[in-house]
Formats: sequence, C-alpha cells, structure tokens
Amino acid sequence: MLLFNQLQTYLFLALVLFVIGLYGVLARRSLIAILISVELILNAASINFMAFNRFLAPHPAVGQVITLFIMAVAAAEAAIALSIIVAVYRKMRSINVEHATELRG
Amino acid sequence: MNAVSAWLTPQTAATAAFVMVIGLTIVGALIAVGARNIFHNVLGLCVSLFGVSGIFLFLNSPFVALMEILIYIGAICVAICFAIMLSEPMYLPPPPRNKVKVLGAAIGAGGIFVFLGLLLKKTQWTAAPERSTDWSVTTIGHYFLTNYALIFELVSLLLLVAMIGAIVTARGGRSKP
Repeated sequence: MLLFNQLQTYLFLALVLFVIGLYGVLARRSLIAILISVELILNAASINFMAFNRFLAPHPAVGQVITLFIMAVAAAEAAIALSIIVAVYRKMRSINVEHATELRG
Repeated sequence: MNAVSAWLTPQTAATAAFVMVIGLTIVGALIAVGARNIFHNVLGLCVSLFGVSGIFLFLNSPFVALMEILIYIGAICVAICFAIMLSEPMYLPPPPRNKVKVLGAAIGAGGIFVFLGLLLKKTQWTAAPERSTDWSVTTIGHYFLTNYALIFELVSLLLLVAMIGAIVTARGGRSKP
C-alpha cells in the first residue's frame, strides 16, 4: 500500500497542521500571527474535506466545491481581520492582544 | 545499473515527492508559528500553503491546487504583508515570551493532538458503495450553478460585504501618534 494512497496519511497530516495552528492561536500575542495560525487551521479543514472527497465520497466534485467555498470565506475573513488589525494599531499603537484591554471593567 | 532501475520506479518517485510535499507543509507551518520575526511567519505560511497545494495535486484535484496558490499565496499572504507594513514597525524587539502561556498552549494543543490521534487510529472509515469517477472542472462548474447556486451567490455577497467593510474599517491609513 503506497503512502499517498491511504486516507489515514492525509487525516494525520491535517491533524498535525491543525494542532500547530491551534498552538499558534493559543501562544502567540501578535494579532497578525494569530491570523496566520487561523489560516493554517482552515487549511487543515480543507485537507480533510479533500481527503474524504478522494477516498470515501460518492461524488468526487462535492469536496472540491466545498474547499473552494472555504477559500472564498477565508479570503473574506482575512480582509476583514487585516482591516481590523490596521484600525486597532491606529487606535492603540500596538497589535499585541494583551494591550487591547479597553473593555475590561 | 540494474539495481538502480529496479529501485527507481514511478511509485518510489511519487512517494519521494509526497514526502517532500509533506515536509514543506509541516516545516512551513512550524516556521509560521515558531519564528519570532513576523515577516518570517508570513514566509513560512507561504511555504506551508505551497505544500498544501501539492497535497491537493496528490488528491487528484489540480484545479483546487491552482486556486490554493492563487488565492492563499497570491492574495492572502500579500494582504498580510500589507498589514505588516501598516502596523507595528519591525525594528522594535518582540516582547519576551511568557513561559506559562507557552507551556499552557503546548499542553492544550498536545492534549487535543493525542485525543484526535487516538480517534483517528480507532475509526474504521467505509467508502460509499457506489462512487462516480468524475473529477473534472466541468462537473465542479455544474455543481456551482445547480446544487450549490445559493451558497455560491451568498459567498459572492459575503465577499462584497467584506470588501466594503474592510474599506470602511481601515479608512484613513496610518496617522501620526
């Protein structure tokens, strides 16, 4: 059985990518670094969709369609997040999440 | 010579390419999360996404692989570079790491890794009994305009709203402090 013809390989790879992204979201404090980690998590989800599409799904175009939707939503999310980052930097002169404490009571 | 030609089959070449693509993905992801310099993070993200598009090639979907490069590397990474230029100057030293926070994040992520890994090992996946073999771009286009037409239109509306929202939120550029 070849390495790239097994579902498990792809699922494990997606798991590794997801965990790296999750660690980045939890540990980093720069807003841009958090956005980068979220992109990694979204890519892990895409790999999962494509792997199930390749090995299990009855119609192999559906997973590709959904992956394209994920990409479009990720693009919209990145545009909004980056504009918020620029606005936050203009307001507080920092993009460190630990400095954004204006709403603290 | 004979031994070499016996070893150098298309299967081994494909496996070597696959291992390389996996390496690109994981090393890029580690750089994207681990490096201190924010610009190195973006470059690592580019490398990782390039690897992911190679994985999509191995999954029989060259169109999605091209879209991955076009949208993620071509649009999102460049947009992140612009955000870096418009926000914190890069010559400032990064704040020191908080040991407790890093340790907590590692433990949390590691716990989820172990849980999902065990789940992955235990699960038996069963393929659909009848599978069509139609991978073509034509079929993807048909799906977009028939079964998934509503989602397609909603995504285009979402992109328009995001575009207008981004312009409204970030209007004005970087002003003097």
